[in-house]
Amino acid sequence: MAWVNAIIQGVLTGGLYALFACGLSLMFGVMKVVNLAHGDLAVVAGYVAIGVIAVTHIPVLWSFVIVVPVMALLGYVLQRTVIQGALDRSVLTTLLVTFGLSVVIENGLLQFFTANSRAIGTGLPLVSGSFKIGSQIQIGYLLVVVFAVAVIVLLGLQYFLSASRYGRLIRAVADDREAAQLAGADYRHVFGIAAALAFGTVALGGIAYGMYSQLSPTTGTDTILLFAFAAVVIGGLGSLWGTLVGGVVLGVAQQIGAQINISDELLAGFIVFLAVLVLRPQGLITRRAQS
Amino acid sequence: MTGPAVKGDGEVGEERSETSTPLLEVSDLVVHHGQLRALDGISLRVFPGEVYAIIGANGAGKSTLLRTIAGLHHPTAGSVRFDGKDVTGLRPERRARQGILMVPEGRRLFGSLSVHENLQVGAAYARPGPWTIERVYQMFGWMRDRRNQPTAQLSGGEQQTVAIGRALVANPRMLLLDELSLGLAPVVVQRIYGMLPDILATGLTVLLVEQDVSQALRVASHLQCLLEGRTTLEGRPADVTAEQVEAAYFGLAPAASTGPAGEGSEP
Repeated sequence: MAWVNAIIQGVLTGGLYALFACGLSLMFGVMKVVNLAHGDLAVVAGYVAIGVIAVTHIPVLWSFVIVVPVMALLGYVLQRTVIQGALDRSVLTTLLVTFGLSVVIENGLLQFFTANSRAIGTGLPLVSGSFKIGSQIQIGYLLVVVFAVAVIVLLGLQYFLSASRYGRLIRAVADDREAAQLAGADYRHVFGIAAALAFGTVALGGIAYGMYSQLSPTTGTDTILLFAFAAVVIGGLGSLWGTLVGGVVLGVAQQIGAQINISDELLAGFIVFLAVLVLRPQGLITRRAQS
Repeated sequence: MTGPAVKGDGEVGEERSETSTPLLEVSDLVVHHGQLRALDGISLRVFPGEVYAIIGANGAGKSTLLRTIAGLHHPTAGSVRFDGKDVTGLRPERRARQGILMVPEGRRLFGSLSVHENLQVGAAYARPGPWTIERVYQMFGWMRDRRNQPTAQLSGGEQQTVAIGRALVANPRMLLLDELSLGLAPVVVQRIYGMLPDILATGLTVLLVEQDVSQALRVASHLQCLLEGRTTLEGRPADVTAEQVEAAYFGLAPAASTGPAGEGSEP
């Protein structure tokens, strides 16, 4: 039964990892940008949420209503300025620039918020509580909610990409930037919208992680970015639902690793990541489904 | 009027123009690809309603010229004016929204989008005008039947037709066609060029680049031949002889005495 519990926990954690990963995958799929600051932006979103809650006293669970649009706007602006500037030079430059962005954000957070970890305290029994199935399986409400949010986010993204005007333009620009320009599309604006989506989703991931665990200025690179990368690679680059599959595989591997030996949790996840990279570099989901 | 096919600019304008202003005016265009001078002082004027054909061998600079007019290359010198306004510095998407629409070489459809979605992207920034997706479907019934298929499942000729449809739904004033015949069977090429009269009837102007000279001569109302980035022949198809075209196309000696001499006398 302990194993079943581990697998259930792993699957649910996969939802959180999908929230980390889908924006990373989207930005790579559309503009070929590997955003090394992706995890730090999730942490920024978490800190902004903590600040927003402290200042406005809105219910903790509703903080995303403010934080997600703010982060999406930040995504659009950063894409149109810093990242586009790097893209105009070369794809390699975007690696350097987003790495620089990551360093700046991390040190900025250290400066203003110190190295102490913070959690987004909800105080709600719904979030901190759990329910039991039998005697061995204990499931936290928060993880169930986060998993559901991840599925809703992916469904929403899929619907947006397949049915909306800008979703179509995003796919067109990803296919052939020049041909899209010839049809009148300003690809820089379309890139900005894709970045806004990516930042919005990772903001949700950051808030969720702040409730689930704790955020510190380095969480972005030492946890969130790494897990996002692993989920994207396991699931398959450019595939939207692949990020959920990748996240679930990573989560299950971690939980099974922890079941074997509590110190093997991270190691097990990364062994699976490495194995997929070696044996099936295109990822588990190969068809570029919708992105 | 009857003599040599190669004329000075002013004379050509007088002869061709119904209205006095050209829709598209390219002046002394110079474009470099790195060190290579791909276009070396090309000028042309296209008047409303014309089918203006640029012919020339591989590497003559035809596609470069078309891509520069569409805004995909930046000239080192010279200007592009559209409807009296200088568009030389405009990005391709701005030119498209003003009505310069290019059907690029190799079709360049959006591979992960369906036929219908390709047309929707084409219509996303459409100017007001007679063309709609529905009208394209009326013209090509098969396209409606296969609207939800990915474009990769279409034949080359069908893909080319979708590419033209994608440009038409934006309601272009000027349609730039880059090597429509490339990689297509002759009978398919005939069929595609056969659509031109219907398209022209909706009041647009066509500038096309074609390697297939006989095809270009059949449809064009005006002709310009390029060789190594320069104009070697210009005139109405009726006014030029096959020998002149051949000489201008390959850069043979006779053309050097008639063609470039005429060019050289220009200011």
